[in-house]
Amino acid sequence: MSDGATPKIAVRGLEKSFGPKRVLDGLDIDCAVGESLVIIGGSGTGKSVLIKCILGLLHPEAGSIRIDGAETVGMPRGDRTRLMQKFGMLFQGSALFDSLRVWENVAFGLIQGRGMERAKAREIALIKLAAVGLGAEVGELHPAELSGGMQKRVALARAIAAEPEIIFFDEPTTGLDPIMADVINDLIVTLVRQLGATAVSITHDMVSARKIADRIAMLHKGKIIWQGPTSEIDDSNNPFVDQFVNGHAEGPIQMEVRAL
Amino acid sequence: MLTFLASVGAAFFAFLAATGRLVRFALMGLAAALSPPFYPRLILRQIVAMGYYSLPVVGLTAIFTGMVLALQSYTGFARFNAESAVATVVVLSVTRELGPVIAGLMVAGRVGAAMAAEIGTMRVTDQIDALTTLSTDPFRYLVLPRLLAGLVTLPLLVVVADVIGVFGGYVVGTMKLGFNAASYLTQTETYLERMDVISGLVKAGVFGFIVALMGCYHGYHSRGGAEGVGQATTHAVVSASILILLSNYLLTTAFFGK
Repeated sequence: MSDGATPKIAVRGLEKSFGPKRVLDGLDIDCAVGESLVIIGGSGTGKSVLIKCILGLLHPEAGSIRIDGAETVGMPRGDRTRLMQKFGMLFQGSALFDSLRVWENVAFGLIQGRGMERAKAREIALIKLAAVGLGAEVGELHPAELSGGMQKRVALARAIAAEPEIIFFDEPTTGLDPIMADVINDLIVTLVRQLGATAVSITHDMVSARKIADRIAMLHKGKIIWQGPTSEIDDSNNPFVDQFVNGHAEGPIQMEVRAL
Repeated sequence: MLTFLASVGAAFFAFLAATGRLVRFALMGLAAALSPPFYPRLILRQIVAMGYYSLPVVGLTAIFTGMVLALQSYTGFARFNAESAVATVVVLSVTRELGPVIAGLMVAGRVGAAMAAEIGTMRVTDQIDALTTLSTDPFRYLVLPRLLAGLVTLPLLVVVADVIGVFGGYVVGTMKLGFNAASYLTQTETYLERMDVISGLVKAGVFGFIVALMGCYHGYHSRGGAEGVGQATTHAVVSASILILLSNYLLTTAFFGK
């Protein structure tokens, strides 16, 4: 960091393979306190794997992940559970618990993770639902009764319910119509600012990336090949970034397509 | 020849690795019982799902098993004039073997499959990862309540299955085969020992644990969407059924072997 402060998240030399396929290949990246970092890259380039490694859901083969300067790779289960209280996560498919009502989903981390009384947790859940534009009546429904956009908003409310220090967004706008995608983007920007949280998002939606990012990094073949402020994404002078941002089939990133 | 030996060796090591993973999974589930938080409501919910809702299927299979057993042993024993042993054979067979084994297999098909499907769906839809990110240990929240419910519930079901199975034999014995009701009950009571019932209940506890463990293990490790969940469900039922029959032999040897 230019000011010498400890990064909120510091990843060094991260390696992760699945069988013979090396997904992360010595990846380095930092995220400063209160920063909104968006990682872009094509499908299957390891964006979700990176987030899951930081969250401890996957175990890297090599490398270091520091949160607030403390090493988290190889952390014991008990310490990891406590560390999780710093995190919030919005999953790509929302990952709502379909056996629980909406408010119970939002309050889950408060009740089960932090031992809060159900009545108090319900109050907080309804406040968070209101913050994402959903009324108290929605809280009594089950996730299967909601549209995709509403599910995403519930998942967002769940991610911020415990007011985490770091929030991860995995493809927050995938599968949504452009208007609902913009609503989600606005909510992310507003809520992250209100909480003063650090945000790490992964997406291949450039509209979303431009809207929610302070800084953008591009992941390709297991490494960060470019990073910089959002305002510089169009002048990166990086052919990989240019191809991705402009959505061209021709360029250095080759998709393996076989002729019929 | 070397290729054959290599493949046998590879299969053996794969078996050892799978056994190790399963034992580790079970220990991680049980270790969650040693420290808070505990989820008594979840345990109760699993006991109801596993026990109460399995009563009809276990009861039906138990009564027909007892009835068939009475009929078969009567026709068999009639060949050497030992018809009077029917009541004894029914009660010993049901309490020692058929009650726990049939209840175990029925619960494996009904509950083990449901556990694998539920946890498998949670796995492939990231709900288990979501639990972790919400500071909730999936072993504590999902696995332990099911293991404890399996351990507790199947013995209770087997008590019911024993009673209904013996009643099935009594109905056939007295109404179809012409036994005197009082002498049938006397025969049943005279030769039944406490150990017969206890061994059946111990077996039931082991079978219940196996059913829950297989459901949780295969569900937890399911991959690849609907197909993966389907495979997990099949594996849970098949492996639980095989382990029930295998452990039944080992437990019978331990209790009654010479």
